[in-house]
Amino acid sequence: MNHTSVKVQHLTKKFGNFTAVDNISLEVKGGEIFGFLGANGAGKTTTIRMLCGLLRPTSGEAWVNGYSINENSEEIKKNIGYMSQKFSLYNDLTVEENITFYGGIYGLNSSSLKQRREWILEKLNLNDQRRTLTREIPLGWKQRLALGCAILHQPPIIFLDEPTSGVDPISRREFWELINELAQQGTTIFVTTHYMDEAEYCNRLSIMHQGEIITIDSPRTLKKEYDKATIEDVFISLVGKWGIGYKGIREIRNME
Amino acid sequence: MTELAVEVENLSKAYGKIQAVSDVSFPIHDGELFGLIGPDGAGKTTTMRILCGLLSFDNGQCKVLNFDVFTQLKQIKKIIGYMPQRFSLYPDLTVSENLRFFADLFQVTPKDREERLNRLLKFSNLEPFQKRRADQLSGGMKQKLALSCTLIHRPKLLILDEPTTGVDPISRREFWEILHELKQEGVTLLVSTPYMDEANQCDRVAMMHRGKILTIDSPQNISNLFSDYLLEIITDELIHTSNQLKELAEIKSVQIFGDKIHVTTENVDQVINVIRTNFPGVCSIHKIEPGIEDTFIELMQK
Repeated sequence: MNHTSVKVQHLTKKFGNFTAVDNISLEVKGGEIFGFLGANGAGKTTTIRMLCGLLRPTSGEAWVNGYSINENSEEIKKNIGYMSQKFSLYNDLTVEENITFYGGIYGLNSSSLKQRREWILEKLNLNDQRRTLTREIPLGWKQRLALGCAILHQPPIIFLDEPTSGVDPISRREFWELINELAQQGTTIFVTTHYMDEAEYCNRLSIMHQGEIITIDSPRTLKKEYDKATIEDVFISLVGKWGIGYKGIREIRNME
Repeated sequence: MTELAVEVENLSKAYGKIQAVSDVSFPIHDGELFGLIGPDGAGKTTTMRILCGLLSFDNGQCKVLNFDVFTQLKQIKKIIGYMPQRFSLYPDLTVSENLRFFADLFQVTPKDREERLNRLLKFSNLEPFQKRRADQLSGGMKQKLALSCTLIHRPKLLILDEPTTGVDPISRREFWEILHELKQEGVTLLVSTPYMDEANQCDRVAMMHRGKILTIDSPQNISNLFSDYLLEIITDELIHTSNQLKELAEIKSVQIFGDKIHVTTENVDQVINVIRTNFPGVCSIHKIEPGIEDTFIELMQK
């Protein structure tokens, strides 16, 4: 349970002159729910894409389930589930067909695919919609389906990039119950969110700003350390005060 | 008595067999900040699009600023601003080019144009970024630019469909400060949002579910509708305790809420007693005031 699931060392990604991710290091344990917070444009999605083996780092190294992102990115893809901001579901396939399609991609054989498909439809309360076209189901359900597709092959680690963006409170609560359950069974959850109440659910979290990780700890410790009642206040005080003014100055300077 | 900015009466709209909006009526007062909340598929976007004259409807009557949506659409379009969920900014135009484009679209005279443009750039704190291309803005900045484009023709009524979805907490706060400033200037605002802290900032909120309005009231009154009692429990063993609490018959619902557990019940004293005697891991337990989200969830589950 306490093995290292994700290990990041001095990871950097540059796009031209722009440093999107700037020398970050962190470690996530197996079964941990790790919240990866930051303002828009802080470098969260870039980091996740590197950890999923979708983007090569400029420098630095990271290991996901023991595999190096520089050397074994193909192996990583078999060991993770990835749910991106824009779900890659096929709108003109039914709910069931989407699951089958992803099962094929992950190389599940037909009997285990069938078993996983039934489990997921049941677990996510999508049984009544199994033959509905994906374009016709509401966002909250699409999001559940996207999660279902991401965990079909029972990966030890899942990366969720703003999985609840725009989702209503009830669906968000249900979604997090499922996340808790997966974590309890030992799945590592690496999640970004702009909902600060969700950040409180995480075992540990980091706050990223302009490509750097500016703090990392448990929600309770962070609140104590910065003497704030909520993670939202911690976030605002750290990124707001320390950041926007500084960022504004730097961005104006860059333009000149 | 205040004037009405929006009057919706018995509005219905179906897409084939799906009844998206079903016999909905509500007024919005002039100068009001009016929130629309509800789960996905509740009919919020459909209602907003009907009010903008972008969608036909099956039944009912809608008036926007005293003009009929069905017969006087031309007049309405000049005085409302609509920001859809995905606002179409031109990615390869700069911030100020986007604003100029929308100014031309709404036939703002060149004389007024520069003055308004400068004012909006200041107002949205986008002034330093006016030469930046729209596709190089952060999510929060894009939303502020979209809002500015919506404001270029000085609309009296603003209709904003989930303007802060996917926006970080700081940009979200800033965006709402701008909305409050617009309200101060007398603009009427209709805003949908999945964030309950934003719903709390509205004068009144309508809660929609399956095409119907469940309730319309001030956020405080909606919070007061909550019929059970809410207890907050602090424990070191969050998941374990929450699973155990689910077994108790007196408890209606258990929800992990950040690093605390919220339970709802009809019998406060009894539940507190049971927990104090049987749950040694619990550090504290006390009654708390319900929020709008609690009522929302209760009403929807009925």
